[in-house]
Amino acid sequence: MRTITAWVSLLALAATTTACSKKQAAGGSVSIDGSSTVFLISAAAAERAKKEIGIDATVGSSGTGGGFKKFCAGDIDIAGASRPIKAAEADACKAKNIEWIELPVAYDGIALVVNTKNAFVDKLTVDELKKMWAPEAEGQVTKWSQIREGWPDQPLRLLGAGADSGTYDYFTAAIVGKEHSSRGDYRQSEDDNVLVQGVESDDNALGFFGFAYYAENKDKLKIVPIDDGKPDNGDGGITPSAETIAGGSYQPLSRPIFIYVSKGALAKAHVAKFVDFYLANATALSAKVGYVPLPAKVDELTKKRFADRKTGSVFAGGSKVGVTLEQLLASEGGS
Amino acid sequence: MRRPIDLTSARPGVFAEKAFVWLCRLGAAIPLTMLAWLLYRVAAAGVHRLSWSFLTDPPSQLDASTAGLGPALLGTLWLIVLTATIALPIGIGAAIYLEEYSRRSKLAGVLELAIANLAGVPSIVYGMLGLGLFVHALAMGETVIAGALTLALLILPIIITSAREALRTVKDGLREAALGLGATRWQCTRQVVLPMALPGILTGAILAIARAIGETAPLVVVGAVAFILYGPDGVDAKYTALPMQIFQWTSNPKRAFLDNAAAGILVLMATLLVINGVAIWLRNRYQSRRS
Repeated sequence: MRTITAWVSLLALAATTTACSKKQAAGGSVSIDGSSTVFLISAAAAERAKKEIGIDATVGSSGTGGGFKKFCAGDIDIAGASRPIKAAEADACKAKNIEWIELPVAYDGIALVVNTKNAFVDKLTVDELKKMWAPEAEGQVTKWSQIREGWPDQPLRLLGAGADSGTYDYFTAAIVGKEHSSRGDYRQSEDDNVLVQGVESDDNALGFFGFAYYAENKDKLKIVPIDDGKPDNGDGGITPSAETIAGGSYQPLSRPIFIYVSKGALAKAHVAKFVDFYLANATALSAKVGYVPLPAKVDELTKKRFADRKTGSVFAGGSKVGVTLEQLLASEGGS
Repeated sequence: MRRPIDLTSARPGVFAEKAFVWLCRLGAAIPLTMLAWLLYRVAAAGVHRLSWSFLTDPPSQLDASTAGLGPALLGTLWLIVLTATIALPIGIGAAIYLEEYSRRSKLAGVLELAIANLAGVPSIVYGMLGLGLFVHALAMGETVIAGALTLALLILPIIITSAREALRTVKDGLREAALGLGATRWQCTRQVVLPMALPGILTGAILAIARAIGETAPLVVVGAVAFILYGPDGVDAKYTALPMQIFQWTSNPKRAFLDNAAAGILVLMATLLVINGVAIWLRNRYQSRRS
């Protein structure tokens, strides 16, 4: 029976791969899922944790919403999120008796970029952005000339993060004024590199995506300064950079990104140890993977929040635009 | 009376025929050129990353130049072996039942239609099915076995259809002869029909498995993780797979990781080539034994 021989050899192969695979650490491994933005830092933390403290962690990348679904079903220990938890998600956790600790780990800016051949866009105001992205704009606002007087009568082609991402949720909250609401007729991709290529190859494109992707492709894209119309954080258009994002002057498109840790999972020693390690290295790792580290004061407040095992959200169920984390964390610490 | 064909003088259809041949050549050239172009682009970007340690090392988020796809390669090998072990006996068994035992029944007609439809269902739908059935209802969690069962479902229709085609190529005269000599259905199938049909069955099966290797969408749904530092150590282990790892690298903001993605694509293509090579080798082997 040659077929049997063939199968025996395949099974032998399986046995070999088993032998080659390293056994999981005795204490079990930490399971993380959620935002693809936070994924970069979490995976870096997992890599270092394995090397330095011998704890295994697996990191998924199924989006902020997908991550919270698993988190509130009790499937994972830690959820990465590029926006605060929503009321509906918090309710789902509550129904399953899952308490959680909200911990900011870095800042990320949302960059607006145009093609390098685009000479006329000097900056965009929040109102202009709203004109482009509001649900009413669908099928109506299709030319640059409709955005500002004097801009050419050329087609306006929009690109951005897909509707499942926390980036989209935050962007719509900040620009349209209502979370998860925008026109639908723009090119969406969950992969920001696809958006980079899209803007790079289209003279009339305007796209939004994570600042880290702009930082890696500065030579191929033109960044658009954003003017929020409020002079108190800096007058006129502000260009995103590590300083303007962390300092809060790049408004309203700089945002904190988080991990949510299940309080129940912290009963497992390796999970608690892992989160301690994560927070201790968050600023170094976030800079390394392309994000903006938390300022020292916020970093300190975050560590304290975890040490106190303080549950709940400082955001009360939705993205808050234009508030600094330091204010939020400090005001809560005082109460 | 048929007229003898004149092979010497020019015939009216000769231009049309020439045009047709050129059209066929063009048809063959287009996919080959595209494949060559793709291979060139990928090889140019990725070949400098290929090394033994790239195949065995764990991935890295911090340093693209030390990142490897060891866990993903092991995960893919596990998936292939498990998927094949599950799907082949069931698929070939179903084909034998439909062809040899219930050839003209009404049920067979209905099943045939259902299988043909299933073969056209998008792979993400199998992912949803796998998530509901294996991951949640049967509480397997996001494990290799849940991924393999989902992929097995995905390729079953292909295996069944190709195995039936192979069984159908066996002349009825052989079956009748075997049955006429007093063989039972089972003896006839086992000793006459199956050996004749085996090359075709194997080819179909291996092509189906090759398809399963490249699938990403259902694996994302049934929970292959994006970052893991070790390969599976059992059917209930967490896992990742080659296409997942490649996708992860293409979406990393650091451009150095794109080279890793290209190298990963080369590894995936090499794996597919090996599998298709085995398919051809097996087929030739059985074909020569038969004659």
